[in-house]
Amino acid sequence: MATYYHRAIQDIKDNGFLSATTIITIALSILIVSAFALFFTNANDIMNYWGKGVRIMAYLKPDTSQKNFPDIKREIQGIYGVQDVNFISKEEAFKRLKEQMKRQSSILMNLNENPLPDAFEIRMTASSQGGEKVEEIATKIESLPSIEDVEYGQKWLERFTNIFDLFRLAGYAMGGIFFMAAVFIVANTIRLVIYTRREEIEIMRLVGASEKFIKSPFYIEGIIQGTLGGIIGIAALFITFKLISSSVEHSFKYELLNIRFLSPEFYCGIILCSMFVGWLGCYISLKQFLKA
Amino acid sequence: MIGGKDKSSIIQMFHVHKHYGSKKALIDITLNVSKNDFLFISGPSGAGKSTLLKLLYLGEPVSEGQVLVDGMNLSRISRKRIPPLRRKFGIIFQDYKLISTKTVFDNVALVLEASGKKKKFIEKKVKSVLRTVGIEQRINALPPSLSGGEQQRVAVARAVVGSPKIILADEPTGSLDSDSADIILNLLKGFHTHGGTVIVATHDKELIRKSGERILYLKQGRLLGPTPI
Ligand SMILES: Nc1ncnc2c1ncn2[C@@H]1O[C@H](COP(=O)(O)OP(=O)(O)OP(=O)(O)O)[C@@H](O)[C@H]1O
Ligand SMILES: [Mg+2]
Repeated sequence: MATYYHRAIQDIKDNGFLSATTIITIALSILIVSAFALFFTNANDIMNYWGKGVRIMAYLKPDTSQKNFPDIKREIQGIYGVQDVNFISKEEAFKRLKEQMKRQSSILMNLNENPLPDAFEIRMTASSQGGEKVEEIATKIESLPSIEDVEYGQKWLERFTNIFDLFRLAGYAMGGIFFMAAVFIVANTIRLVIYTRREEIEIMRLVGASEKFIKSPFYIEGIIQGTLGGIIGIAALFITFKLISSSVEHSFKYELLNIRFLSPEFYCGIILCSMFVGWLGCYISLKQFLKA
Repeated sequence: MIGGKDKSSIIQMFHVHKHYGSKKALIDITLNVSKNDFLFISGPSGAGKSTLLKLLYLGEPVSEGQVLVDGMNLSRISRKRIPPLRRKFGIIFQDYKLISTKTVFDNVALVLEASGKKKKFIEKKVKSVLRTVGIEQRINALPPSLSGGEQQRVAVARAVVGSPKIILADEPTGSLDSDSADIILNLLKGFHTHGGTVIVATHDKELIRKSGERILYLKQGRLLGPTPI
C-alpha cells in the first residue's frame, strides 16, 4: 500500500503540469457546481422564510352570529394542513388598522361605523406551505357557508417557485455536465500518464507484477487529484462566500439576508463526489488503455 | 533426454508450433526439462531461440500444441494466473528490458515489490545481489547511462533477486567480455547448484563449451537435438 502511494505521488510530481491542470479543472468544476448549490440553499431558505408568512385570511359574512364562531373555528381547524386558527374580531382589526395608520387616523375618525368584518387568521403546517396546498386549503375554507371571502395574496410566490424550480433543474443539468467534464479530464490525464509509463508497465508485467500492483497507483493518483480538486474548489467557494457575505452584512442589516454556507454534510458530500470523479476517470482510462 | 522421466519435469512442450502471421518461428517442438536441469538452446540467429523462451512465460501465445510449466497448462491458464506464472521465472531478456526512468536499485527492487516483500528485506537483498554481479557502485544510476555490459549485469541481478524456480537467460553474455561472462556463468551455476533450473539461449560457443552442460540445437524453427546438423 505504501509503495502504491509512493508511486502515485511520484507520478503526480513527474507530471507536475498535467496534474496541476487536472486538479485546477476539477476545482473549477466543483467551484461552479457548489456555488450553484450554495445559491440554491440560500434561496430556498429565503423562500421558506417568506413561505412561513403565508396566511389565509377568512372573512366572515357580516350576519354571522357570534355564538357560531367556536364552531366555525373548529371546522377550519379540522381541515388537513391547518396549524392554528386565530380569531380576529372586527374591533381588533380596526384597532390594528388604526395603529398602522397613526398619521392618517383622522380618516378613520370620520367613520361612524366599523367597516371591517370579523375574520379568522389561519396558519398552515410546515408541510402545507407550498402554493398549491395553500390554494387547496383556501378553497375548502371558502366553501364553508359562513365565510364570505378568503385572501391569501401569495400567487406571486407560487410563480416565483416555478421559476426557481426551473433554475434548479438547470443547476442539476449543469452539475451533470461538469461531472462528466471532470471525469473526462481525469481520464485523459491518466491516459497520458499511462502512455508515458507504457515501457514500465510492460516490464512490470513481464516480471510478474499483478494487475493490482500495476493499477493501484493510478487509482490512488486519480483519487488524490479528485480529492485535492474538491477541497480546493470548496475552499475557494468558502473564501469567496466569506468576502461577499461580510460585505453584504455590512451594507444591509436585514433579517432576510441571514445567508449561510453549505452544511458540512453537503460539502463533504461534494468532496466525496469529487473523489469518485477521480476514481471513475481512472477506471475509464485503465479499462480502455491497460488491457492485459 | 527428451521425454526422460528420471527426474520430475518442470517444463514440457508437446508438438508446439508458433507462427507470427504466416512466418513459422517454431515447428513441432517437443521437449522436456527436468527440475534442476541446466540446458542450453543454441542455433543461428532467427532460429527461434527467443521465441521458445517467450512461449514459456507467455510473452507470446502458443499457436498450436501444449506447454506445461510447473504443473500449469499454459493453454488453459486464466489471465489472473499469468503473474504468478511469470514469478516462477527470472528472465534475462535479450534486450535487457530495464526501465529507463528508474535507478538500478529500483529496477531490481521492482521484482520484490511486486511479490509484496518488506522494504527492509528488499533493500538488503537488492544490495547483496548487485554486489554479486559487481555493479553496486552504480546503484543509483539510470540504465541509459550504463554500458551494455553493465545493463546486462543489472538484468541478471533482476532475474535472480526474486529466488525464482527457473531462470531463462536470452544471450546473457551477449555484450560481455569473457571475464564478465565468467562472472555471469558462475552466477547461473551457483543458482543451479542451489537447486534452480536454468535455460540459456545463446550462440556463444565459448560459453557452452565452458559450462559443459546439456545442449539442444534449433534451426529454422526445428529442434535438431544435441548436435547441430
Ligand atoms: N514479434 C514478431 N513478429 C514477427 N516475427 C517475429 C517476431 N518475433 C520473432 N519473429 C521471427 O521469428 C523468427 C525467430 O525469431 P527469434 O527472435 O526467436 O530468433 P532467435 O533465435 O532468438 O534469434 P537471435 O539469435 O538473433 O536472437 C525470426 O525469423 C523472427 O524474424
Ligand atoms: Mg533471440
